Amino acid sequence: MGKQRVKFTFEETLVKQPVIYELGQKFKIVTNIRRAEVGEEVGWVILELEGDDPEIQKGLEWVSSTGVRVDPLGGDVIAG
Amino acid sequence: MAFINGLKCRECGREYPAEPLNVCEFCFGPLEVVYDYATISEVVSHDSIEKGPLSIWRYKDLLPANGDDPVDIMAGFTPLIKARGLGKQLGLNNLYIKNDSVNPSFSFKDRVVSVAATKALEFGYTTIACASTGNLACSVAAHCARAGVRAIVFIPSDLERGKIVGAAIYNPILVSVDGTYDQVNRLCSELADDYPWAFVNINMRPYYAEGSKTLGYEVAEQLGWRLPDHVVVPSASGAMFTKIWKGFNELACLGLLDGVEGSSFGIDQNTVHHPAVTTKMHMQQAEGCSPIAYAWANNQSQVMAVRPNSLAKSLAIGNPADGIYAIKVIDKSQGSAYAVPESEIVNGIKLLAETEGIFTETAGGVTVSGLKHLAESGAIKPDDLTVVYVTGNGLKTIEAVEEVVNPLSIKPSIRSFEEMFHGAK
Repeated sequence: MGKQRVKFTFEETLVKQPVIYELGQKFKIVTNIRRAEVGEEVGWVILELEGDDPEIQKGLEWVSSTGVRVDPLGGDVIAG
Repeated sequence: MAFINGLKCRECGREYPAEPLNVCEFCFGPLEVVYDYATISEVVSHDSIEKGPLSIWRYKDLLPANGDDPVDIMAGFTPLIKARGLGKQLGLNNLYIKNDSVNPSFSFKDRVVSVAATKALEFGYTTIACASTGNLACSVAAHCARAGVRAIVFIPSDLERGKIVGAAIYNPILVSVDGTYDQVNRLCSELADDYPWAFVNINMRPYYAEGSKTLGYEVAEQLGWRLPDHVVVPSASGAMFTKIWKGFNELACLGLLDGVEGSSFGIDQNTVHHPAVTTKMHMQQAEGCSPIAYAWANNQSQVMAVRPNSLAKSLAIGNPADGIYAIKVIDKSQGSAYAVPESEIVNGIKLLAETEGIFTETAGGVTVSGLKHLAESGAIKPDDLTVVYVTGNGLKTIEAVEEVVNPLSIKPSIRSFEEMFHGAK
């Protein structure tokens, strides 16, 4: 079992979709929300995912495929 | 010794010991260094600073690592130049350039890496790592060479040859990752969790970022312990921008600015604003990657991540860690943010080169073009004391300006020269 901390960003068309609920249903992943700000037009959620690493990877690929942006916690780590 | 008490979450305020941590375990907010300003105020003075080395370590009492034996390749104390040529061109009579392109590895990154490397050794690390598209890779590799520790540098596989050589010459372990920007980002983030390395901008980030405060200290010292009316700063993650502001305010609170009485720091020392600090902070981003400027211009409370598509690769951070804090600094300082059109970047590089003899990289082109916009719009008045930060060297991004190479070709004879020369006139 591994853990991964990520940030999901939802644009207007996705902000009402239960993506995190579905992530937990479709994959063997425990989702633990730690911080969030959700408005009418946009929202972000910082959460910890727990599960087997391949399952987390598959889950994150599915989240990305819905149009939700998936980023590492704390912003980009690649620097100029 | 470093005068620090530990780390503190910028969101929920929870405190942590000074360890290699960057994220609050409770709310996952970013951590920041907490200083023992009471002790610092007793030991730091103009005299103590002026007796120090001509590097960032002259400000060792204000940095979060042990400055008695730093990893120092002489980063910092770079020239502050009165910009008469550029000033004349832009109608600015009191313009200065902080030329940080002359650091040892040719960018401001030497400041932050020197602090991060010093702290990493204090923590007992024997490997220092980073993920970079250029400047950071060079700086980490150079500092590791100096310290005699292992460097592991991750770069995207499509990085320009010149930048790869600039890092490889210091003999780091260079890992070229064949993947998209997002994939490289995610991989390095996971590696930082799994390997016992000091990742300068991940687990060392609270200490690393503090190195940029020296850009504020130096400008104040070089101006005779006073602050400019305006500073014009390039921005990627937003960290450097916020730290310059923090540096100005620390000097004011510690009574180190001429004619300014010190004052105690507030509870939230990271957002303290001394009333004597009236410098307007102007941030410049390239239009192809301008999430902070966009959020500020649209009065958004969040900075939305973007996919970078800019000529200014060293500013191309689509998901800026300090974006929201940078916006707070803009608002507090009554400054501004501007997204420089991509088409103006090369013009900015050329303008600086042709008026001041300074060859900057694309990030500098963004900054100079942004300065031009501020001057033309009247946001900066002709006699305002203004400092523009040039943070990287043009030799890093020569491919951006190759069009300037247009030599006059002659045969090896005086006649051929004169025919061409007089014809050219």
